[in-house]
Amino acid sequence: VFDALSEKLQATLSDVRGHGTLTEDDIKKAMREIRLALLEADVNFKVVKEFTTTVRERCMGADVMGQLNPGQQVVKIVNEELAALMGGASAGISFSPRPPTVILMAGLQGSGKTTATAKLARHLKEEHNSSVAVAACDVYRPAAVDQLVKVGGQVGATVYEQGTDANPVDIARWALDRAKQDGKDVLIVDTAGRLHVDATLMDELVQIRAAVKPHTILLVVDAMTGQDAVNVAEQFAEAVNFDGVVMSKLDGDARGGAALSVKAVTGKPILFASTGEKLDQFERFHPDRMSQRILGMGDVMSLIEKA
Amino acid sequence: SKTRQALGAEIQATLFETLDEETWERLEEALIMADVGATTTAKVVAQLEAEAESGAVEGGEALTNRLIELLASIARPKDEDAGRIDLRHSPTVIMAVGVNGTGKTTTIGKLSYHLQKELGKSVVLGAADTFRAAATEQLQGWAKRSGCEIVIGPEGSDPGSVAFEAVKKGREMGADIVIIDTAGRLHNQDHLMDELSKIRRVIQKQMPDAPHETLITVDATTGQNGLRQAQLFSQAVPVDGVVLTKLDGTAKGGIALAISAELGLPVKLIGIGETLEDLRPFDADDFAKALLGTAEPAA
Ligand SMILES: Nc1nc2c(ncn2[C@@H]2O[C@H](COP(=O)(O)OP(=O)(O)OP(=O)(O)O)[C@@H](O)[C@H]2O)c(=O)[nH]1
Ligand SMILES: Nc1nc2c(ncn2[C@@H]2O[C@H](COP(=O)(O)OP(=O)(O)OP(=O)(O)O)[C@@H](O)[C@H]2O)c(=O)[nH]1
Ligand SMILES: [Mg+2]
Ligand SMILES: [Mg+2]
Repeated sequence: VFDALSEKLQATLSDVRGHGTLTEDDIKKAMREIRLALLEADVNFKVVKEFTTTVRERCMGADVMGQLNPGQQVVKIVNEELAALMGGASAGISFSPRPPTVILMAGLQGSGKTTATAKLARHLKEEHNSSVAVAACDVYRPAAVDQLVKVGGQVGATVYEQGTDANPVDIARWALDRAKQDGKDVLIVDTAGRLHVDATLMDELVQIRAAVKPHTILLVVDAMTGQDAVNVAEQFAEAVNFDGVVMSKLDGDARGGAALSVKAVTGKPILFASTGEKLDQFERFHPDRMSQRILGMGDVMSLIEKA
Repeated sequence: SKTRQALGAEIQATLFETLDEETWERLEEALIMADVGATTTAKVVAQLEAEAESGAVEGGEALTNRLIELLASIARPKDEDAGRIDLRHSPTVIMAVGVNGTGKTTTIGKLSYHLQKELGKSVVLGAADTFRAAATEQLQGWAKRSGCEIVIGPEGSDPGSVAFEAVKKGREMGADIVIIDTAGRLHNQDHLMDELSKIRRVIQKQMPDAPHETLITVDATTGQNGLRQAQLFSQAVPVDGVVLTKLDGTAKGGIALAISAELGLPVKLIGIGETLEDLRPFDADDFAKALLGTAEPAA
């Protein structure tokens, strides 16, 4: 479907192999391909601009000029710079010394919060042997509570819910009390989807944060998001200063440039990858694999690991 | 809402005060930022540039108007009928398809309210998302709000048979419209796309010319992947139009322009919120203006 950028660069730059060295014009051509590939992958326009500037500078330096296989050299530089932007090894959740550890989930409508809440509960149970409870604070969307009751139940988490008549802030506070009483290790608070420009609902999120003082706030971002990802991430960061990101729906074929954009503009790491509708399809995020994916070089590592 | 403000906010005539290299770059930037995508953006910019060069369009204001016209003409359905949903079958069967979380169920809820409460039609919903947790309960919530009938099946049951029963019920009742909800699915999962074709075939056992309208929901925040979504869903089932959802956010939904340009698939409805009244017919001119809504005027 997609032509890999590396192939395009090789093609663009192959004609220079004859005379062995890269000219400024060659680099310009290469930058055009890189720019297009990144935009096609939905990396934010401004992030792309900065990125190509950095890469161009490195290419103009001694790194590439005069090298035998300039195409490969440029690909290598692009890779390194992308990996640097995406960040190093993926971190996990840090636990509070005084349980329960509270995790607050936030994000746009339909991004995958409720699913990720259950998946994370399962993950923490499996990896850390934690006893996990989840709180149903979406009182708006029809059957949002039922959904969390079902998926929470499926992963063996205790679900704290008060139906849809109570206030989400009160439900969150009450759930925290119960989690303490019940001696839970972790409480994950699911919230309603909200637009970053919805002042009322953003304020509600701020209030929920004040009520439960979460140790970690996670923003759930759909991997198919386009240019708007930076607006969303910036606004959520401003309102609640989230700690990390869950990238959802990575089982699709979107390149996922939103991951890079969000990381670049907020500096927040992407912690987890949600890769399917089944509740065990959830894993630590691998920044290096993501840069490969954005460039269209195939998720080779993941394939190798699965084999 | 935000969109309605954006729709009102006209693109400044000053976008084209001076015509130079920077003008085209800014235009390109505005379209890319709106998720129109590089291919469609390049076509639009090239055409406008050519028209400016030939002297066919002169002056900033004329060029701005021409740009909006150009964008609107790409977004506009090829003929008037293509932009409409024909409700003259009895019953008319509408099927909603699309990627996970894009707004199928909510759109159906709003649509059923509009048809049942505002147009006085009788509507039957079919809860053929038997897969996602509480998807049926969610649609039931909407059925209650809009006061229409609903046919459900047990969780995990065959979605085709729920769809079949819903159409059957619609016919028995003499209902005007039957709307089938389907589970969200990613277009690159072949077995799930096959399931969608199967649901359609099962519906046809009840009514050979149904579904009369298949709508794909596309989330306005979607990037370039939206084109693949529309392409692959269209391969699985004949898709008649797009519902562009969540336009109440800051995303412009420019991918719908690419879908229209590349696949000729018209946007028919837009979603601008989560309440019963937040569904609108698509207006190509308003959409074109809003696409450029945040474009900064050229220096
Ligand atoms: N394929 C796939 N689907 C996912 C993934 N994560 C979530 N989904 C699906 O996306 C849809 C929305 O997920 P939810 O968890 O309900 O999203 P949400 O953010 O809680 O939605 P709201 O509460 O309505 O804002 C559902 O159909 C999920 O099954 C994923 O990683 N892959
Ligand atoms: N702001 C806004 N939210 C919307 C709009 N349309 C749908 N939503 C929200 O988006 C989320 C997902 O909507 P659903 O109708 O559940 O989407 P779906 O496609 O049926 O999801 P699945 O069945 O899980 O694939 C819900 O929180 C809806 O309230 C819209 O036009 N604007
Ligand atoms: Mg939810
Ligand atoms: Mg649904």
